[in-house]
Amino acid sequence: MKTKVRPIPKGRAVDPKALQDVQALLGDAPRRRDLLIEHLHRINDRYGYLSAAHLAALAQEMALALTEVYEVATFYHHFEVVKEGGRAPAALTVRVCDSISCELAGARELLGALKFGNEVRVLPAPCVGRCEVAPCVVVHQNPVGNATLDSVKRALERKQLSCPETSYIDYAQYRKAGGYKLITDCLAGERTREEITKIMEDSGLRGLGGAGFPAGRKWRLVAAEPEPRVMAVNIDEGEPGTFKDRWYLERDPHRFLEGMLIAAWCSGVGEIWIYLRDEYAGCRQILERELSRLKAQAPCALPPIHLRRGAGAYICGEESAMIESIEGRRGMPRLRPPYVAQVGLFGRPTLEHNMETVYWVREIVEKGAQWFAAQGRNDRKGLRSFSVSGRVKKPGVHLAPAGITLVELIDEFCGGMLDGHELYAYLPGGASGGILPASKADLPLDFDTLQPHGCFIGSAAIVVLSHKDKASKAAVNLMKFFHDESCGKCTPCRVGTGKAVALMEQAKWNQPLLNELSQAMMDASICGLGQAAPNPALSVMKYFPHEVQ
Amino acid sequence: MERIRDSQLAMMPIEFKLNGETVVGRPDEPIITTAKKHGVDIPHLCHGGNQRSDGNCRACMVEIKGERVLAPSCCRFPTQGMEVTTNSPRALTSQRMVLELLLSDMPEQEYTLDNRLTQWAGKLGVKKSRFSRREQPKSDLSHPAMAVNLDACIQCTRCVRACREVQVNDVIGYAGRGDHSKIVFDFDDPMGESTCVACGECVQVCPTGALMPARGVGLQKADKTVDSVCPFCGVGCLLTYHVKQNKIIFVNGKDGPANRHRLCVKGRYGFDYVHHPHRLTRPLIRKPDVRKSADFVVDPGSWSDVFREASWEEALQKAAEGLKRIGEQDRYALAGFGSAKGSNEEAYLFQKLVRTGFGTNNVDHCTRLCHASSVAALLEGIGSGAVSNQVNDVANAELIFVIGANPTSNHPVAATWMKNAAKRGVKLVYADPRRGELSRHAWRFLQFKPDTDVALLNAMIHTIIDENLVNGDFVRDRTSGFEALKENAKNFSPEKMAPICGIPAETIREVARTFATARASMIFWGMGISQHIHGTDNARCLIALTLMTGQVGRPGTGLHPLRGQNNVQGASDSGLIPMMYPDYQRVSTPEAQQRFEKLWRTALDPEPGLTVVEIMNSAYDGKIRGMYIMGENPAMSDPDVEHARAAMAKLEHLVVQDIFLTETAYLADVVLPATAWPEKDGTVTNTDRMVQLGRKALQPPGEAREDLWIIVQIARRLGLDWNYEHPRQVFDEMRGCMDSIKGITWERLERDSSVTYPCENEGDAGQPVVFQTHFPTATGRGKFVPADLIPAAERPDAEYPMVLITGRQLEHWHTGAMTRRSGALDAIEPEPVASLHPLDLEKIKVKPGQVLSVESRRGKISLYARADAGTPRGAVFIPFCYYEAAANLLTNPALDPYGKIPEFKYCAVKVVKGGARPSDPGYGKGRTLAELYR
Repeated sequence: MKTKVRPIPKGRAVDPKALQDVQALLGDAPRRRDLLIEHLHRINDRYGYLSAAHLAALAQEMALALTEVYEVATFYHHFEVVKEGGRAPAALTVRVCDSISCELAGARELLGALKFGNEVRVLPAPCVGRCEVAPCVVVHQNPVGNATLDSVKRALERKQLSCPETSYIDYAQYRKAGGYKLITDCLAGERTREEITKIMEDSGLRGLGGAGFPAGRKWRLVAAEPEPRVMAVNIDEGEPGTFKDRWYLERDPHRFLEGMLIAAWCSGVGEIWIYLRDEYAGCRQILERELSRLKAQAPCALPPIHLRRGAGAYICGEESAMIESIEGRRGMPRLRPPYVAQVGLFGRPTLEHNMETVYWVREIVEKGAQWFAAQGRNDRKGLRSFSVSGRVKKPGVHLAPAGITLVELIDEFCGGMLDGHELYAYLPGGASGGILPASKADLPLDFDTLQPHGCFIGSAAIVVLSHKDKASKAAVNLMKFFHDESCGKCTPCRVGTGKAVALMEQAKWNQPLLNELSQAMMDASICGLGQAAPNPALSVMKYFPHEVQ
Repeated sequence: MERIRDSQLAMMPIEFKLNGETVVGRPDEPIITTAKKHGVDIPHLCHGGNQRSDGNCRACMVEIKGERVLAPSCCRFPTQGMEVTTNSPRALTSQRMVLELLLSDMPEQEYTLDNRLTQWAGKLGVKKSRFSRREQPKSDLSHPAMAVNLDACIQCTRCVRACREVQVNDVIGYAGRGDHSKIVFDFDDPMGESTCVACGECVQVCPTGALMPARGVGLQKADKTVDSVCPFCGVGCLLTYHVKQNKIIFVNGKDGPANRHRLCVKGRYGFDYVHHPHRLTRPLIRKPDVRKSADFVVDPGSWSDVFREASWEEALQKAAEGLKRIGEQDRYALAGFGSAKGSNEEAYLFQKLVRTGFGTNNVDHCTRLCHASSVAALLEGIGSGAVSNQVNDVANAELIFVIGANPTSNHPVAATWMKNAAKRGVKLVYADPRRGELSRHAWRFLQFKPDTDVALLNAMIHTIIDENLVNGDFVRDRTSGFEALKENAKNFSPEKMAPICGIPAETIREVARTFATARASMIFWGMGISQHIHGTDNARCLIALTLMTGQVGRPGTGLHPLRGQNNVQGASDSGLIPMMYPDYQRVSTPEAQQRFEKLWRTALDPEPGLTVVEIMNSAYDGKIRGMYIMGENPAMSDPDVEHARAAMAKLEHLVVQDIFLTETAYLADVVLPATAWPEKDGTVTNTDRMVQLGRKALQPPGEAREDLWIIVQIARRLGLDWNYEHPRQVFDEMRGCMDSIKGITWERLERDSSVTYPCENEGDAGQPVVFQTHFPTATGRGKFVPADLIPAAERPDAEYPMVLITGRQLEHWHTGAMTRRSGALDAIEPEPVASLHPLDLEKIKVKPGQVLSVESRRGKISLYARADAGTPRGAVFIPFCYYEAAANLLTNPALDPYGKIPEFKYCAVKVVKGGARPSDPGYGKGRTLAELYR
């Protein structure tokens, strides 16, 4: 009779060496569950991957079950889990952005061409937030804009692996120019919460992450919830075509931080978490440095501020998924109600803001609600930071009046279409906002103006397509993106995006079925990802049916 | 106050519209539930049972007027005036599309007769899917009890919630992302190689058959289902047997008060021992020329070398005659061991038989080996040996103190309630020399040195006095003897005790402080406390902690000795102990004696009888010459078992009644084939004082007879005029002499399956929390009894430098007679193992899995090494269920002076590399499962 003797208790035994490694890496850091992703980063940064031995050791160290660590580690793109007997990844990773703007700029061909042997692994990656320099290739953490085979090769040869520093307004400069006076005045009692909140309401500033919820109203709602209240700032800027948050962070980080502090103060928030996408390694350096400067020479009493690092997951831009991620879990959206303003981060009432929203706070308070509201065109109010990419001469972040039309935006801000390209279509709101034809380039671009046309502006990421492009091809790219980025929680999105890709890859689309599927995805998905995923496909069937018949 | 208002508000009925009709719902009841009550069935897959609704499958989407998107009716609660439509074209489109999407990825073959997805698809008219199928994952058949077929998985995560939120075993995860998301075990390991403890909760909730019992059980249709109680540990889980052609095909958890549908691996997959070919089916009589000896070799397959078959008449006659003959010469030469595995009715009749048929009180059972010291301390301190609060009362606690117990292995379902509480933020303090799985959930884990319980506990007592945290009112009004405790505690400062018990003084103080000041603190303990020569002292300290802080008599407080066997509470209650009649009425008190003499219409012996180990010693000395043993296996369970076997070998006449030819039965003159638990009716009482009804589900094999019938037959042949035909008659007699269960009727048990005692009047709800106003002592007060440090009877020395700790493991129960004959349980743990710290193994140059030998002054065994960092340095842990490496050959029979419990948890041994490979006892070692596969 041959039987199995169990030499160890069920499962894995923790390797003492791996435990030592992990203990050394973690040092004095708390072993709290919400720090799981941070700790995974430490191991992944140090070893280039997460071995099963290290994961098991980390689980023991954090008093977590093996599966609790594994399911989180395997959720995020930037973690590489290598099981016993598995092959460690190449020492160096080159990520080629294959999202829409980069694909238009030839990313696919570039991806095929980039081959550097066994030492370097080349992977496609979702939008890295540098659409103005498409195609973008990230060599380890160094983003190479307008990349070519040669420029990538050069970066590799010269071991240029980290994100180059940008010049920005640092703490000293910011303070010298009157920075942090407003928050200091607030705390000194020279301004009231009511006064500042009222200014926000009057200015009409809306959430610039995409949902457009009025900022002042949000402050009031959260302030009305019981203490303790917390704040979570969303800099998980992953919507393809969007790079405005990065743009501002790379230039004036303290303007954001001060706005954040004012928002927190107005809502009576006691602790702040900033969630920054992992792709923005340069911004992380800036924020880490400037936060420590701010804390070291605090202009006023500061609440605890935590900077948390994403790990590669578009879905974490969804507010409740981001909260899950900050808590150290898989970034899967929560069902609402309850809303995060009531039950959010760590179960507390949470003021959740996109980075850019609070970036504007200081200027609006200083210049007045009217100043902001008076901007705008075509009966719309305020300013919008358009991230423009695609077939235009001057892609980039363009601060323009809300309500500007695409034609005006291209002509006045973007230097016109690229030579040899005629406007054919455009994405008004990144991957989720749908696709509009050139015939609708005269619509005012703002919240609420595009819904009648089956589109929305979202984070104001404008991707311009020319007659050399196909809307249907763009739609397939976008649906694949959603398919890759779906968190996997709900059926319509998890299964639906994959089935939709299969349908859309046919030369002739099964439009009735795709319509039916789209309806269910929009109606029955838990969060905006699944609900908006069908938009490009629906736009194609509505405005570009000739492409898919 | 606000919380009360909120909760009341949540229950206030509200009106909303459901498909145009006005219905009454509640703000705390999801729309799907209200709808069902009104005859509107909304499809659902990820929602159900006692689980938290997750709202991920999106099959239950409904339209709510004014909302942009549809809402999941399992997670949405109605508000006044809400207008809900479940059957609009829009809602139906989503419901159907979700089903179609999931259906498109289903395999051709079914794994269950109860596939909720295909059922709902049928109801909604969703036929073949129009989408292409995903690439299907391979099946995982690595686990002996369960099959994993993820091709049928719809990622509803019910299994994840079952594993993580209900049972809190934390094995199953949802890994990967998007449509690569996958149900995984640990690091996406094969289930059989993962940390899975096979509780089967995931199987019970899986809606599509992706997780099913192994070997296609899901496709078999049961002839009948029978509700009963689990026959293993003291938790007392209610379950349902699914029976086909007189065979149990699978078991499901029932909504019992102790388990709420939960089961562990033993309860769910350990039922097939009843069908094992080793079952005794005819009475056996020892062949006249076969000598009895302590060094026999068990081989149940070749029983006929030792025994011959006999008719019942012959066997009963021979059994009774032998007892009668000895009894007529010297009634004190007879003794009986009843069983904590039998029913209350059997226990009651057995002790009545000994007391009235043998004429002495020489009756005991294995409670002596588990909680006798706890009971001694409890009776002395608070006048009752039963638990004060039920396990699931941990929900009301603010601190849970578990000491000397490994509930995740030995009381797995009880442990789930503790883990649930810990997950909700209740502070769990876990104190044990071995680091068990519970430690991961602990707020503080105190891995104290073996044998230093009193040092640790007295240091806590010291701290509470030292830091003025004593509950003065409680001590004044409800206790006596505090001054003596206070005086004694002076010598035990945490600073002084820290080096002794190995826990830093500040930690001891912190735990003591938190225990004393928590709104409600509850203590659990197991054999780690009781199985010492100072077991009674250990328990006295726990009682003192509770009394001095007033942490008793309220929800979420109290004292809970975790009972090890399905009916160890009931067997003791029923009088299966030498010093007490039923309901703990002392045989030495004249009133009790008179009461029972009147009831049983016979004279009774006022002398307390001998206890288990005393009986064995007495047999060894030739004073006890005849025994009747029912369902016990002292040849495996007693300390220094070589001595016990020799003692039994010396008996002139031994009658053993059992379902298998156990190691004890091998020494018998007559073996009577009895029934297994699912083959009879009867009540058992769990650790929570719940009297629960077991129902007959199977016909016994061959000529095996119900135990109650056998006891009655023996009694009649001993001259007793007994006419019991059904356990209900016995139970009724018991109610007449046991006030605690007086109010429980058989009819109520048939209706409710479970009733908590004390229940003195018919219709009483039963009292989950006792001692609310007084203790059942003569004065009504609890008594402090100080304890001093007493070292173990045998400390390690140069020759025997290590400490042996014995105990159980999750899959095997007691001496393994049942569990080692259960296919799944045996396949998971087929071989005897000794767990040592990896560094200790390294020191003796033994690799995990290699053979090592463990030797004490009393014996030597060889078995396989297991590296377990949870075992403390300098100690070896061996489960006592393996005949081929019987841990009790090594243990020390030294007794606690009060509880007469042996020191199973501590003796000196030496461990060396090598030794004979453990032999084959003729069962176990993966054999049963191999037969099943054949």
